[in-house]
Amino acid sequence: MPDLEQFRRETRIWLEANCPLSQRESVVEFEDRCWGGTKWKFTSDDQKRWLEVMAARGWTAPDWPAEYGGGGLNKEETKILREEMNRINARVPLFSMGLSMIGPALLKYGSEALKRQHIRNIVEGRIWWCQGYSEPNFGSDLAGLQTRCEDKGDHFIVNGQKVWTSYADRADWMFCLVRTDPAAVKHAGISLVLFDMNTPGVTTRPIRLISGKSPFCETFLDDVRVEKDQLVGTLNKGWELATYLLTHEREMIGSIGQSSTSAKSLHDHAVEQIGLAGGALADSVLRTDIARWEMDNRAFELTAERITDEATAGQGVGAASSMLKYTGTEINKRRHELLVSIHGQRALAWEGDAYDHGLMATQWLRTKGNSIEGGTSEIQLNIIAKRILGLGKE
Amino acid sequence: MALVLNEEQRMLKDAARDFLSEHAPVAQLRQLRDSRDAQGYSRATWQQMVDLGWSGILVPEAQGGLDFGHVGMGQIMEQNGRTLTASPLFATAVMGVSALVQAGSLAQRNALLPAIVAGELQLAPALDEGPHHAPCRVRTRLEARGDGFVLNGEKQFVSDGHSADQLIVSARSAGADADRDGISLVLVERTAPGVTVERVVMADSRNSAMIRFDNVALPRAALLGEPGTACAVIERLTEIGNAHLAAELLGLSLEACEQTVAYLNTRKQFGVLIGSYQGLQHRAAHLFSEIELLKSLVIKTLQALDAGSAEVAVLASLAKAKAGEVATLATNEAVQLHGGVGMTDELDIGFFMKRARVAEHLYGDHRYHLRRFAALSGY
Repeated sequence: MPDLEQFRRETRIWLEANCPLSQRESVVEFEDRCWGGTKWKFTSDDQKRWLEVMAARGWTAPDWPAEYGGGGLNKEETKILREEMNRINARVPLFSMGLSMIGPALLKYGSEALKRQHIRNIVEGRIWWCQGYSEPNFGSDLAGLQTRCEDKGDHFIVNGQKVWTSYADRADWMFCLVRTDPAAVKHAGISLVLFDMNTPGVTTRPIRLISGKSPFCETFLDDVRVEKDQLVGTLNKGWELATYLLTHEREMIGSIGQSSTSAKSLHDHAVEQIGLAGGALADSVLRTDIARWEMDNRAFELTAERITDEATAGQGVGAASSMLKYTGTEINKRRHELLVSIHGQRALAWEGDAYDHGLMATQWLRTKGNSIEGGTSEIQLNIIAKRILGLGKE
Repeated sequence: MALVLNEEQRMLKDAARDFLSEHAPVAQLRQLRDSRDAQGYSRATWQQMVDLGWSGILVPEAQGGLDFGHVGMGQIMEQNGRTLTASPLFATAVMGVSALVQAGSLAQRNALLPAIVAGELQLAPALDEGPHHAPCRVRTRLEARGDGFVLNGEKQFVSDGHSADQLIVSARSAGADADRDGISLVLVERTAPGVTVERVVMADSRNSAMIRFDNVALPRAALLGEPGTACAVIERLTEIGNAHLAAELLGLSLEACEQTVAYLNTRKQFGVLIGSYQGLQHRAAHLFSEIELLKSLVIKTLQALDAGSAEVAVLASLAKAKAGEVATLATNEAVQLHGGVGMTDELDIGFFMKRARVAEHLYGDHRYHLRRFAALSGY
């Protein structure tokens, strides 16, 4: 494959020339990773420039079609780009639900007009998208959602309440699941609509978690006007899109613990905090726990890689995202439990400069949500049992 | 390198699955057990494997082999885990061949590898001296005498030790029991004067043996590799062995899981399929996920062996540790989810549990490999 080798060479040279050095440092703070949108404050000129040069090539969305602003790369080229970015520890130039969720859904299900209106804005990071899915009484049972969307002739009117809307208070637009046919059986009367968060009737309220401040909000929708051309796909056929989007969300959450290859390993933390005795970690029980975790984590990273490679080779099996979400989030929870064990009471300090203002404790507590958001571990096991193993069919 | 099989490797995997399920299913192992077969495996089946070229998968072309690599051999081992086929494949075609390729002189390779390819020679590595794997803890003594050596000591749990033509024996000519230096490998005829072989049938109905060496006289040419430096060779050899045992345990776990899921989809209690109960669904789904994790470590390790990667030592221990844990889970769950029938000898599931434990302990169980992984990682 001489073409791919040439692509790798050219990509390497281009990245070396264009990726600012500050954008090759590990992500520490939330703001180190650019989410884009009208309210985004760039942390530096470098962050802005890195987004702009990558977006100009469509490389914020490398495998999206070039005609809408994507990079137009094939799967092999996309993989090479990722590898070359990892090689120099380049930050992802843009991280957003536009890229990971609504963009792919629009490319697959959206009208030509919707693609023209939204895709390039997503690639360039101009709009911050949030997701209106869960409702107070409909979490795991998402398909029971009750937010009403009524046809008013030339427009829709939406009434209801969403919960767990990440960054609703910073977002520009929402993609929202609504009930368009209250008479239909529950999966059949759902649609997906898009609206501007500045529309009158949209209000948000942040949710405080056990870990403290969170990006989650409640979103209240009171007589919100939605234009008819902002319906994605077919009226009342939104559940198919919803499950398609959930698949993408699971993949994103499942990969949370994975991106930190450059971060300090668990055993480095342990050697630093606890020390060695005769070449082995001085706490032999903890040593076993860490070794088992590092084994599982390596297996998980390789599995994410293998599933991608299988998809590229056309050998993939469906519902793999549920398996990745289940295993990835459980492994990430174990990682933070081990960090608390390694650092002891220091990890449980909640305030004070000396303890990073409780960073370790808040991160540990936050991971408890990993196996709840985007479908609980138990829901993922249900999906694996039914869709992959074929259990429970009478 | 992409973590998928190429076209040729996929074809070999399919061919192995077809051959083994047709000619050497679990029923064959059961029959060998019930008839107390003296050989412990079917010579006819082994000959067919030889005819298929499996004895030469890891043998270089220069010695008449296929040089098809570890990923290829791993596919056969994985399918072998589904059928639990007893044969000289692992001891001879994986371990014996690898020992010769790693440490053999050109003369030894030229003399012995073609005979293995042709199915005329079977080998068995005799390394461990106790119930726990300890590759470089060697008390068996090798002393110079005249132009050659004399061998004294005892080896335990030698797979295929009672049926192999020649044994690959680790022995010490210098140093204390656990020293890395001073260990050599020698080739010993099983029927040589002074060699006593006591067959030990293991729980998995496969061959093993306890072997004593009493003043066994060996020629200089019996030496495999440089004298006194075999510890590194043995470690590499057991890394190869563990990668393939992990592949076998992967196949075994897949088969146990699939048979269990099939049972959940046929067995009815309280008027419904028991697979409709969430309590059982979640256990099956968890097992499925664990097997998926194991799959990735196995293919990565086999690829690393073929690539000669420096990461082989770490990966082999990770793969074997995970394989041991997953196969234990798979077989324990298989018995529990089958209920009473899972405890009966009539069902095959018991064979899978027994083989899982024996294969796990051969060359180190999951605890051994977690410790080794931690030590290799600097903690």
